[in-house]
Amino acid sequence: MENKIKIIEKNTQIPPLGGEGAYIDLYKSHHESIKMHSASVMNSLRDAAFAQFKKLGFPTVALENYKYTDLKEALSVDYGLNINRIPIPVNPYDVFKCDVPGIHSYLYFVVNDGFYPVSDPHNSKLPDGVIIGSVKEVAATHPELLKDYFGKLSSTKEDGLVAFNGAFAQDGFFMYVPENVVLDKPVQLVNIMRSDVDFMSVSHNLIILEKGAKAQLLVCDHTVDEVRFLSNRVTEVFVAENATYEHYKLENTHNKTTNLSTLLIDQAKSSTVLANVITLHNGVTRNMIEIDLDGEGCETELCGMVIADKNQQVDNFTSIIHNKPNCNSRELFKYVLDDFSKGAFTGKLYVAKDAQKTAAFQTNRNILLKKTAKMRTKPQLEIYADDVKCSHGATIGSLDETAKFYMQARGISESEARLLLMFAFTNDVIENIRIPALQDRIKMLVEKRLRGELSKCEGCVICQ
Amino acid sequence: MLQIKNLHASINGKEILKGLSLSVNAGEVHAIMGPNGAGKSTLSSVLTGNPAFTVTEGDVTFNDKNLLELTPENRSREGIFLSFQYPVEIPGVSMVNFMRTAVNEHRKYKGLDPMSASDFLKLQREKKELVEMDSKLANRSVNEGFSGGEKKRNEIFQMAMLDPKLSILDETDSGLDIDALRIVANGVNKLKTKDNASIVITHYQRLLDYIVPDFVHVLYDGRIVKSGGKELAYELEERGYDWIKKEVDGE
Repeated sequence: MENKIKIIEKNTQIPPLGGEGAYIDLYKSHHESIKMHSASVMNSLRDAAFAQFKKLGFPTVALENYKYTDLKEALSVDYGLNINRIPIPVNPYDVFKCDVPGIHSYLYFVVNDGFYPVSDPHNSKLPDGVIIGSVKEVAATHPELLKDYFGKLSSTKEDGLVAFNGAFAQDGFFMYVPENVVLDKPVQLVNIMRSDVDFMSVSHNLIILEKGAKAQLLVCDHTVDEVRFLSNRVTEVFVAENATYEHYKLENTHNKTTNLSTLLIDQAKSSTVLANVITLHNGVTRNMIEIDLDGEGCETELCGMVIADKNQQVDNFTSIIHNKPNCNSRELFKYVLDDFSKGAFTGKLYVAKDAQKTAAFQTNRNILLKKTAKMRTKPQLEIYADDVKCSHGATIGSLDETAKFYMQARGISESEARLLLMFAFTNDVIENIRIPALQDRIKMLVEKRLRGELSKCEGCVICQ
Repeated sequence: MLQIKNLHASINGKEILKGLSLSVNAGEVHAIMGPNGAGKSTLSSVLTGNPAFTVTEGDVTFNDKNLLELTPENRSREGIFLSFQYPVEIPGVSMVNFMRTAVNEHRKYKGLDPMSASDFLKLQREKKELVEMDSKLANRSVNEGFSGGEKKRNEIFQMAMLDPKLSILDETDSGLDIDALRIVANGVNKLKTKDNASIVITHYQRLLDYIVPDFVHVLYDGRIVKSGGKELAYELEERGYDWIKKEVDGE
């Protein structure tokens, strides 16, 4: 097969528990190759990350933070890694005609864990000073941009998956928006998983917005081939004073995918952030999201939606850390779970002693369509300031039978009534998409998904 | 049009309707009155197929079809409409989307193509005027945040949109002030033709000043115990229900 990817390293002896042993051996024998094909800024943190990984290992359900998502099986698969950075023979621009009607984005691709070097010929010229590219490439051209930021948020995390990422990631997506520059169109980053053998991709993205900058990033995750994929991705985002950043993550992957993503956002004074994490179709997903409010007057909106059925699992593990006074945060997550799917939500809200006048509101609402579906929800509030407004609410229920009957009494079929109710339930998360063309598209995708028309995910749905 | 024979129905094992019989023909308006707990709302729930109630005995035929065998949605599509005593709020479902879905499901049942967006809007505008409904309500979620009067007007608006053969107005007057009552009753009267019929369920005679019935029935303890013309309603208003209870219980 001409498209066959030659995977350079394969682990053959994975111990049955956890699987970290094989990766520790792999690192020991191949750390020089890993470093040779990576940026120096990543390498400077690598050995420390590896030491951390050796100490922590892969997370297990024995840890409080991983109680609801058992990764043992997914982490014991014999994945290949592309340590020698062999180019993947696929042209995403041929394979994916990305077309959210009217979105007019700046479009970029990451294939597995490598930034696809050719930018879209249809992309218009980026505003002056904006840099978008791979971390490795930017490390060579603008080392000063990486020095102050790279790893600043991730290297202090006590987390086995983040440590693993630090040891093995060799590249990632990079975006820089200079002071007072407004990106006129959203940037769209499509992650494509393409491999003929079971594959693990490890990447580390970095996004920097300077003072007063504005940008919207849409991250889409797609799988192409019917093999097992595991993605371990860390994204660090720095939002400077008065800057506005919107982060949309849309996952539409197949049932054999394990998506482990860590999104770390740091907000400076008077900055605004919206993060909206939508899981439409997947295998096993764990989104760890942490937003640190490190300046006064920040506005933060964190929301997400999950539609899951079959044996799908989605765990959104979120933290909003109010370190400074006068910040507002709102968090809203909604799940619709069918069949044997499992959902988990953790909403950690931390308000430091000095973060007076904090207003923080958290809501998690869930619908179980069958008795066999499971939802675990855990608000976790730690408040050390005394002049704050904080609330949280979590509900798990089924569809409103009286509303369903009311619709049937108007001639609407039971299935259509259920659909309308489910759609209505997710509506306020969709309303939190501030790119109109994307909002329309997601509405359509959610409706298709709820109608069961996306039950098989073959290739790219947003990019038909 | 509608024949109810010896209808028995229960909820959670408790029998509420105990042998109710009633016949409604096209062009007629029937009022059903009765004391609290007599089974008035149960009758409307059973006729529309509310799954909370179980029919244990009896027959209901609607235009020669066995009504009890139809799903709630097919009863609606066959032409039965219930104006709910307590209209349900459905957050997140817009009135427009709700109504368009309902209208098109009715059309599909009749073998018609879905209505075009412009025809639908035209129809909607026309019917809204009938109940003097604020156009802004159409863009809101179904009944969400509507006042009591707005909810009842919205019921009659839906009735106008779906053009039923038999409409059941369940305590449509409850919670309405006199102006709202007049508007709602006007709407109902304008929709009246020789081909359709209404059952007006009410506790008080007040509504019947506006919607004049051809027949008045008294429902007590799960059965219709007395029937008469509209003068019966005045008698009930004057004398209350106790004399009827005595008559029945003394049997």
